[in-house]
Amino acid sequence: MFDVLSPALVMFAGAILIGLARGHWRALLVLGTPLVVLWAIWQIPDGVVATVTFLDYPIEPIEGSPLRRLFATIFAVMAFGGGLYAFRQAKWYELSAAYIYAAGAIGVSFAGDLITFFMYWELMALFSTVVVWCGGTPGAHAAGIRYAIMHLLGGVILKVGIEGVMIHTGSIDVQPMLATNFDTWMILVGILINAAAPPVSAWLSDAYPESSPTGSVFLSAFTTKTAVLALILLFPGEPVLIGIGLFMVMYGIIYALLENDVRRILAYSVVNQVGFMVCAVGIGTQMALNGAAAHAFAHILYKALLFMSAGAVIYRTGFSKCTDLGGLFRTMPLTAVCGIIGALAISGFPLTSGFTTKTMISQAAADESLVFVYFMLAAASAGVFLHAGIKFPWFVFFQKDSGLRPKDAPWNMAAAMVLLSALCILLGVFPELLYAYLPYPVEYVPYTAGKVLFYLQLLLFSGLAFFLLLPLMKRTLTISLDTDWLWRILLFKTARAVYLSVASVGSALQVRVGEFLEVLRRRAEGHFGARFARAGVFARAWSIGTTALWIAVLLTAYVLVYVL
Amino acid sequence: MNDDTKQDHWLVRPATIRKLWWGFSIVLALTVAAQFFVYVKGYFGVDGWFGFGAAFGFLSCLAMVLVAKVLGFFLKRGEDYYAAGDDDV
Repeated sequence: MFDVLSPALVMFAGAILIGLARGHWRALLVLGTPLVVLWAIWQIPDGVVATVTFLDYPIEPIEGSPLRRLFATIFAVMAFGGGLYAFRQAKWYELSAAYIYAAGAIGVSFAGDLITFFMYWELMALFSTVVVWCGGTPGAHAAGIRYAIMHLLGGVILKVGIEGVMIHTGSIDVQPMLATNFDTWMILVGILINAAAPPVSAWLSDAYPESSPTGSVFLSAFTTKTAVLALILLFPGEPVLIGIGLFMVMYGIIYALLENDVRRILAYSVVNQVGFMVCAVGIGTQMALNGAAAHAFAHILYKALLFMSAGAVIYRTGFSKCTDLGGLFRTMPLTAVCGIIGALAISGFPLTSGFTTKTMISQAAADESLVFVYFMLAAASAGVFLHAGIKFPWFVFFQKDSGLRPKDAPWNMAAAMVLLSALCILLGVFPELLYAYLPYPVEYVPYTAGKVLFYLQLLLFSGLAFFLLLPLMKRTLTISLDTDWLWRILLFKTARAVYLSVASVGSALQVRVGEFLEVLRRRAEGHFGARFARAGVFARAWSIGTTALWIAVLLTAYVLVYVL
Repeated sequence: MNDDTKQDHWLVRPATIRKLWWGFSIVLALTVAAQFFVYVKGYFGVDGWFGFGAAFGFLSCLAMVLVAKVLGFFLKRGEDYYAAGDDDV
């Protein structure tokens, strides 16, 4: 029935075995599984590979296409990088959960029908929650519950949409659609929740920084990027995505500028970067979709690299706030250099992967004469350099001397960072390596003298702005309110107020009812009781004469009524 | 720790930082001056103007920092804001 091995199931099996194995075997499984999966991914041909019938619906668990293989590839590469980074430090259950999470992402990549798509989608939601919980702190526990609620809610919305499409169109194929009716809107909303779109972007910056230093590396890669893939597959050219994407881009920058926690800065910049991709999907031309796919590919690498760099710092120092860190370049030079490479890549500096992919999106906007979008993206590129490109390395590795003198990253963490740094630069210098695997033919030339100069001006003067405006960006021991305030505080307080008022009304009512019953009881006792000096009217002994008289009166009344 | 203050890392000595500012300023000037020799294609007219990238980058960063600063007055709360809420359950 199956001519090819399902990469998602291979990953899943590997994840289970990681839990069973010990010592060197476990290390071998952690590093080997993604490589086998990578091989399996490239065995999948274009088109639907196998069909199974389930409840009269044709289930297509594996459907190949260049786009799907591209995303599955980067997910497998990321699992390898994350596994290498984590395998000596993370608990086995974190590794296992992270690999099942990756299996979900790879499963979504190849899902040919909406039922398979949904199953893998939920697998990701469940096991990413476990990864958040592996943070092991009370904060991680609470954040994991909030994260799970948000994603399960998103899953329900997605399911409503899928059911609607199944019933109204009769087709469960994963195919392009537009948000034109209730069903398709529900699917779009369900996917956008995973993309951390407004108004629920806060789940991302709430949960990711609470996970372990190794867990956040995995978390940064899969959920939002499978959402981008789903948008490319299901909603290419959906105009509403342009506005949503631009909002996410600006939201990420502004919140990252306000933030003090290092990993929360990076979490906000995930939203910012996914905004570029969502916007590109909204533009929907071949150039734009290529840009979205390429940028997702590059983004996974450099964002994981940034989280690795931050994770190594947190692992070595135990601190995660800009106010506690600083001056670490002295004793953590490798982590610093890799972090800077990641920061340059996310900013889209020439010769890094960010430049060769992000500029495709800007080019797509320019080709479609979307003036506002183009200038917003250009401003956002400058803003990325500001909030992630300089802010992250500056406050962690330079800034002031915090007095901390931690050792550099352990060898496996260092190896993973060097690997990803090399890939970031490789894709920046030889972009055609990636362009060859994009869904549409690429006629884009990233390196023209004019374009390089424009972006150098843009970025370097953003750098100048950063250092001139540094006094305005003094770190404070604060968090920033987000829309999650509505349910974490407002909804909570409202619910509690309603509960308390209902409870007080209830107890008042109880008192009144009690009083009323007491009155009734007294009355009854007055009539029936015999305890008092003068027994109640029904409790007295009456003479036979009186009784006979009353019976006679009643009978007379009856006869009179009957005759009349 | 004490020998750091006497002999701090060369990268953070004031003399080095002064040199870095000079070097950085020269690079900035060069990127703008290079536009005399390199044609920057403007897709919408204005973005081909001389030094547009530099001005646009600087000003948009200024705007974003100021917007963040203003929003910060409304949005910033103490770190234990949510934790404090949990206590009085």
